[in-house]
Amino acid sequence: MELFTNQVLSGIATGAIYACMALAVVMIYEAIDHLNFAQGEMAMFSTFAAWQFMQWGIPYWGAFVLSVVLSFAAGIAIERALFRPLGHASVLVQIAGFIALFAIINSVAGLIWDFTIKPFPTPFGSTPLLGGVISSHQAGMIAVTILLLGFLYVFFSFTRVGLAMRAAATMPESAKLVGVNVGWMIALGWGLAAAIGAIAGIMIAPVIFLEPNMMGGVLLYGFVGAVLGGLSSPAGAVAGGFIVGVLENLAGTYIPGVGNELKLPIALAMIIAVLVFKPNGLFGRVQVQRV
Amino acid sequence: MSTAQDTSADIAGTRPAAGKSILTVPLVASLATLGLLIVVPLFLKNFVVFQLTMIVIYAIAILSLNILTGASGQVSLGHSAFFAVGAYATGIMMEHANVPYLLAIPIAGVICFVIGFLFGFPALRLKGVYLALATFALAVAAPPLFKLGTFEHWTGGVQGLLVTKPEPPFGLDISQDRYVYYLSLTIALIIYLLSVNLLNSRSGRALMAIRDNEIAASSMGVDLALYKTLAFGISAGFTGIAGALGAITVAYVAPDAYTFNFAIALFLGMVIGGVGWLPGSLAGAAFIVFVPNIAEGISKGLSYAVFGVFIFAVIFLLPNGARQLAYYLYAQIKKLVSRF
Repeated sequence: MELFTNQVLSGIATGAIYACMALAVVMIYEAIDHLNFAQGEMAMFSTFAAWQFMQWGIPYWGAFVLSVVLSFAAGIAIERALFRPLGHASVLVQIAGFIALFAIINSVAGLIWDFTIKPFPTPFGSTPLLGGVISSHQAGMIAVTILLLGFLYVFFSFTRVGLAMRAAATMPESAKLVGVNVGWMIALGWGLAAAIGAIAGIMIAPVIFLEPNMMGGVLLYGFVGAVLGGLSSPAGAVAGGFIVGVLENLAGTYIPGVGNELKLPIALAMIIAVLVFKPNGLFGRVQVQRV
Repeated sequence: MSTAQDTSADIAGTRPAAGKSILTVPLVASLATLGLLIVVPLFLKNFVVFQLTMIVIYAIAILSLNILTGASGQVSLGHSAFFAVGAYATGIMMEHANVPYLLAIPIAGVICFVIGFLFGFPALRLKGVYLALATFALAVAAPPLFKLGTFEHWTGGVQGLLVTKPEPPFGLDISQDRYVYYLSLTIALIIYLLSVNLLNSRSGRALMAIRDNEIAASSMGVDLALYKTLAFGISAGFTGIAGALGAITVAYVAPDAYTFNFAIALFLGMVIGGVGWLPGSLAGAAFIVFVPNIAEGISKGLSYAVFGVFIFAVIFLLPNGARQLAYYLYAQIKKLVSRF
């Protein structure tokens, strides 16, 4: 039983990483109705930027804010320069664009900061809590995720801009008719997603270390968490992220023959099983199609 | 060149009309391409012939992706898994059971057809991003499964499996590379003709109806479940044959050759060739084989970035891929011809 509790707790700790990323995934999905495959790389680049600011002597929180603000601007710039012209192209072409963006960011980061692993500081310290299962940084990370979730909830449910963004994503035509500037709402969505990605990256980096390929697996789990919880629901995505973290740990412990190698395939298989029975995710809105 | 498979794409004013003469421009263009593919390798070095073989093999895989995505509208980011199954099936049959390669290739196709058909059932309940993620899971899961210790006796585990490269039959005096090339080209041609006929048939129209509007299609009496799973099966089967050819061409099967990156490459090839346009598969395959090399030639450290820039250039200039270029050229030639 103690093993079980420990595994669940450490699952929650890793789940916090996935939940952070899942939030960014849902953010972009709410804005553009697609998954952005380059999201992880954008977050990685923001994290490197924050690291660079700290190398230049800017204190942690200064670097944090600077990186988040710059990421917000960069997200908008990418949308305006690269994806707005592709707005009318098919979804498949846009996915090709995401893949291209992924390759470019990854390669440029590798050239600027090379591929050696770098440690990343944390403001929460690393004292072990609850008998060493979870560190204070991980607890801090969970707190930041929940704070971010609260902010997004308020933003999307109660502010004019948030509601306009949701309208623009779900029904662009109708949103235009009631006076929403759909083009800028999409750009804003990219900016917010990039900013959340930056926060996620900065929170994750002390755990998995900083290097250009750090986000590959994390983004995948972030997708899985978001899809599991329902892409239309930020709270669902966070819950999904935690569930994936716990499931992954339990599968690794209790299913014989599952080493680290098979953790990811097993987690993915479980998620497919869930999706087959609940295609909109655990907490997502049921999509109704008009004939 | 078949144009029946592009019902929904509106490439303004460039759609070729059915010609009265038997020798239409598309037909001449196809025959000329085929002629080049047959003649040119006779004058090339073995390594270039090997590269061309890989292009032909990737073209088969992209073509089968086109049947799935272009015709029935189901997105797959997991075709590397079917390719891997085809390759491993061939390798294991040839090395452990001494099955001749000409028999192993179709059997690999059948195995993949069955697996794809079965995978089509859970896929029925998933759409869009969810399906993309499920197939993606397949691509991620495949390499670790082939590495598993349990199957090591058969698959060779991490080290992979050496496959015998076939000798040319009847004492033909050509190199092994050239023989494998012509073998692949023949099989590719057969698969191409089968696919064109499939898409022009009743079943092909049913698939396209599903892609354009499922509800309308089912109310017209199209059996959604049957056709969607069949599309998955056929697509996986052809990809399996491509994988089998890949195994005998490279003469080596290794788990890390079929990672998720390969699935992404196939997907890119499809987009760049033009989704739903079968001849574009060849152009897409050439892109994914040659452009990374060119990118590496331009800048070693930034090769991926250069590759990404190339992709952006193509999708900005030609959002419908090679198909758009072909239709544009066709319209120009027609103008030229009508002037005389």
